[in-house]
Amino acid sequence: MSNKKNDLGELWEVFIQSKNGLPYKHVGSVYAHDKEFAIHNARDLYNRRNEGSSIWIVKSSQIVAVDLDTSDYIINNSDDKIYRNPTFYNIPDEIKNL
Amino acid sequence: MVKKNINYKFQKRIDNNIKIEPRDDMPEGYRAHLIRQISQHAHSEVIGMQPEANWITRAPSLRSKKILLAKVQDEAGHGLYLYSAAETLGASRSDLIKKLHLKEAKYASIFNYPALTWSDIGAIGWLVDGAAITNQVSLQKTSYGPYSRAMIKICKEESFHQRQGFEIMIKMSHGTKEQKQMAQDSLNRFWWPSLMMFGPHDSDSTRSERAINWKIKRESNDFLRQKFIDKTVPQADFLGLTIPDQKLKWNKKRNSYDFGEINWNEFWRVVNGGGPCNQKRINHHINAHKDGEWVRKALIKYSEKYVK
Repeated sequence: MSNKKNDLGELWEVFIQSKNGLPYKHVGSVYAHDKEFAIHNARDLYNRRNEGSSIWIVKSSQIVAVDLDTSDYIINNSDDKIYRNPTFYNIPDEIKNL
Repeated sequence: MVKKNINYKFQKRIDNNIKIEPRDDMPEGYRAHLIRQISQHAHSEVIGMQPEANWITRAPSLRSKKILLAKVQDEAGHGLYLYSAAETLGASRSDLIKKLHLKEAKYASIFNYPALTWSDIGAIGWLVDGAAITNQVSLQKTSYGPYSRAMIKICKEESFHQRQGFEIMIKMSHGTKEQKQMAQDSLNRFWWPSLMMFGPHDSDSTRSERAINWKIKRESNDFLRQKFIDKTVPQADFLGLTIPDQKLKWNKKRNSYDFGEINWNEFWRVVNGGGPCNQKRINHHINAHKDGEWVRKALIKYSEKYVK
């Protein structure tokens, strides 16, 4: 993910909401010199078949990601906390709607 | 020692079917192989626009013109998805294009054959896109995340391409005697080059083994070629056209078609620049790139002036 500005502009990440009410999903990236062109390019490239009802774009350079060295600490932190899941609890069979 | 360790850990991830993402550690050979393959794939999509664009102004109806325009636009889009995927590995788009212009990078040889008649547009959609889909469906499971995601998106869009091609073939082969002859002639010219799209025999494919170990490639050239033949022969039968291979025969034991030997001299000649349109395709790309220069310059000026 290069963030350098080149003769194509900057790199922008494109997110599409496929249907009203659903979350936005990353679909790819485009180059553009500003946000208007970025939206326009994203529409031409990623919405040729009504893939979405709405588009977000964000400069790739503005995305903050988990540092790979610390990702274990941040991501694999709940293996020992299985009581956070409903299946951890024993409920008698005759109890319904719980 | 450190390097050996990276390779071991990397292969273990591959063997466990864990997708590799841009920021992950990867052997330089893996990175280089992917940049080469993905950029070649991107160039193929973009160069592939040329034989078809040649027919946009001469499409026989407004309906077919609209469809062909949409298809050629899709191919441009596919090229862009793939250039993006190559860039996640640290390649720069302008370098990749420079390499194409200097003929240091290759693209699918099939696009060095001309589209001479309207029914060639049918044959290209049916056979060339059909062969490409067979290959790309397999690549959906490739080990590199961004490449795999691009393939999934491309396959979804490509099935329209193949169906529009087959529809043209139906119209031509069920039309007048002359139209049917034209369809047969397209099949005659595009059949063997389509089989060549899968590349050399597994035994002659130098980079294949490593690519399979790294799960960049998921199935071998010969396996995919056979798969394509087996699904395409019944389609040719439906059209009432004859596949130009006298050795083509159903083999009950193998549950597959046997087929004749590919002309590998022709294959290598076209790969190495001796096809009917190699020079024309590259020249056209260079000229189009030059023609677009004023747009790129205007955008840079605009950006310097108005974008903070």
